[in-house]
Amino acid sequence: MTEGFGRRKFILYGTAALGTSVLLKACGGQPDTATSPSPEGSPAASGETIKVGILHSLSGTMAISEKSVVDAEQLAIEEINKAGGVLGKQIEAVVEDGASDWPTFAEKAKKLIDQDKVATVFGCWTSASRKAVLPVFESKGHMLWYPVQYEGQECSKNIFYTGAAPNQQIEPSVDWLLEQYKGQPFYLVGSDYVFPRTANTIIKAQLEAKGGKVVGEDYIPLGGTEVTPLISKIKTAMPNGGIIYNSLNGDSNVAFFKQLQGAGLGPDKYPSMSVSIAEEEVKAIGPEYLKGHFAAWNYFMTVDNPANKKFVEAFKAKYGEDRVTNDPMEAAYIMVYLWKQAVEKAGTADDLEKVRAAAIGQTIDAPEGPGVTMESNHHISKYVRIGKVREDGLFEIVYATDKPVKPVPWNQFVAETKGYTCDWTNTTEANPGKFKMTGT
Amino acid sequence: MFTGILDGIFNGISIGSVLLLAALGLAIVFGLMGVINMAHGELMMLGAYTTVVVQNGFELLPNKPVFSFYTVNIHLFDFYMFVALIMAFLVTAGVGLVLERGVIRYLYGRPLETLLATWGVSLILQQLVRSVNWVLVIGLVLFCFLFFGAMTLLSRRADWDRLRGWAIAILLPLSAGIAIVTGSLLGQTYKLAVTQPWFGARNQDLTAPAWLRGGIPLGNYQLPSARLFIIALTILCVLGIYQFLQRSSWGLRIRAVTQNRSMSACLGIPTQKVDALTFAIGSGLAGVAGCAVSLLGSVGPNTGQNYIVDTFMVVVVGGVGKLVGSIVAAMAIGITTYLVGSGTIALWLAPIKPLADFFTFFATSSMAKVMVFALIVAFLQVRPAGLFPQKGRTVDA
Repeated sequence: MTEGFGRRKFILYGTAALGTSVLLKACGGQPDTATSPSPEGSPAASGETIKVGILHSLSGTMAISEKSVVDAEQLAIEEINKAGGVLGKQIEAVVEDGASDWPTFAEKAKKLIDQDKVATVFGCWTSASRKAVLPVFESKGHMLWYPVQYEGQECSKNIFYTGAAPNQQIEPSVDWLLEQYKGQPFYLVGSDYVFPRTANTIIKAQLEAKGGKVVGEDYIPLGGTEVTPLISKIKTAMPNGGIIYNSLNGDSNVAFFKQLQGAGLGPDKYPSMSVSIAEEEVKAIGPEYLKGHFAAWNYFMTVDNPANKKFVEAFKAKYGEDRVTNDPMEAAYIMVYLWKQAVEKAGTADDLEKVRAAAIGQTIDAPEGPGVTMESNHHISKYVRIGKVREDGLFEIVYATDKPVKPVPWNQFVAETKGYTCDWTNTTEANPGKFKMTGT
Repeated sequence: MFTGILDGIFNGISIGSVLLLAALGLAIVFGLMGVINMAHGELMMLGAYTTVVVQNGFELLPNKPVFSFYTVNIHLFDFYMFVALIMAFLVTAGVGLVLERGVIRYLYGRPLETLLATWGVSLILQQLVRSVNWVLVIGLVLFCFLFFGAMTLLSRRADWDRLRGWAIAILLPLSAGIAIVTGSLLGQTYKLAVTQPWFGARNQDLTAPAWLRGGIPLGNYQLPSARLFIIALTILCVLGIYQFLQRSSWGLRIRAVTQNRSMSACLGIPTQKVDALTFAIGSGLAGVAGCAVSLLGSVGPNTGQNYIVDTFMVVVVGGVGKLVGSIVAAMAIGITTYLVGSGTIALWLAPIKPLADFFTFFATSSMAKVMVFALIVAFLQVRPAGLFPQKGRTVDA
């Protein structure tokens, strides 16, 4: 304490710090990161490559889920590059880490658009991160592709949504439950944030319209693992069994299913339908705890068609035999292809107005099934499936639509948005993102 | 009504015992030593990861019953939890020891710096389990070996004091360079085999043995066996710690140092050793807690963060420096959380309409937490030092 930080010491430690940092700089830049410094001010497609941004959380809470989506996007980019690229140019991915922090997402989105001059951005997982970057993309007139199932009630000109809208996941699964378990009460369980609360509002409105009965609703703080009070309440509310509709997220899911089994609430009397448990999550929770429970998605790894076979094989070859594919990964994979098709049709990657117009109507033979199409409301048509967890942690598909279901982003069961629709080909309307349907 | 009360008490105690088990290590580290250890949750996480490793190790064993009696087949796998508990204690105690010797001992009596430093450590530990792979481990070991080895060798020289600065300036980049080059060479030679993370960012699958997954039926109610196991483990840990502090000679020394550090030092108690030991035991208990809560919750890099606030809450409400305070506080918080969150109170108060409505509003898991926190804030206004404040003039550490 008494001796000051002398000049000699300063030089010594300075040298040490400098030497170390130079070394780190020289040896850093791991071989697997695709990020590379870019010359200032060059438009995305002017050089040898077309630059695209990938913006997901690679650290923090959401890294668990988002890392695998990045893997799927990079697989698609690699495949496209091997097949000759887009418009004769190779795609170069600039990967940014949103760090599970919403302001960081907005900041990185700005960086990708202004500094890296990317042609488009693939990214986000949580609705909160999407809502955080939305103003950035709208104010800069740029383009985001979003791969995750979400609560709907949004329709932006600057976002293409390749995950399910509520009418492609939640609503059909509730219909299916009503039919399979006639007269059984529903208990709604969710994490305490925007998606479960909106989803449950929709479910309640839907059940009221169709004669179902909700006996309880509960929210657990995001990441909370103490579910004892919740489980007792489920038991009290439905002593003779009933349906648990589960929109919990992340760690709470693990705690919920582990303790549900401990309390003796098995899937025979208390079947649960989950909307955020896919193959990856089953693997992390342990199939022992989930066997017999249901999940609603558009894609399962067990879907049987040639496109899926090719996708799963390519994924395992690149990332390892023990990896699994899931719904958001499939949506992420096809959205890269949809963007490529749109760019090729438009003949340019830089004129975003042209690419946007070209994207509408693009159809792809997706792993989830053939004929998946980008609609004029910037959402895609998707197959709806319900799966039951098998012993090996994959899903046995118990219900599937035979053709894609058209997306309805503005929910028709909720009073505030009843009658609203969205059409980005119709430029005569004052606000084409949200207007009253004609004729209803 | 009667079964309702029993139900409430059992569930309250089971929530409380999870809280207590998680807070026990902190009650020692924070309560007795006054160290605000923000990395406590991450030590729990390391305990949980140790459990996963032990589980995976046991899965490799031949799947043959070691003991058969009619339909009852006992597998070696069924007992991995006990091995995991011991391993978790040893591993986290080791990490705690390194942490105390390497970081915390320089910061005694500076709570703000300790808080920041341990928070940094918690971030490092989280990222470590995400990205740990063979390259990283080999690089780290090599670096430590070269750097600290050379430092130890040089420190034997007579003119060490003069050399010290220059030695660090040369050795640090040199050994870091060698470690990094070796690491990247290894990575390029063996590719995925050494660069693939051991755990990665996703949650780990931890499936408890069958006897810990089900429950004991009791009428139309089922007592979850994982909960019973945790209650038993908590009682065992509390008794063990109590015995250790009250009956053993090291326990006596720990209590002496807690009460008056300088006087203890004067009387020949090795306070540095006592500090290290206390911190190691506190960390080890965190590991045991991590192993236990993995039966109920997830095992992932963020596991620790789910518990850190609750554990501090227990210790602060209980009163810093008193184990019995933590016990009472954990049980009180557990029972209140359950009664409010499950809507039991609202049910009891059903005849009085406005009160029942009030409690129904708080009868969801997240609102119950709001209410418990509000009660704690109000309580601390009345008794700032907690339930069982330490009396006397020696409290200021």
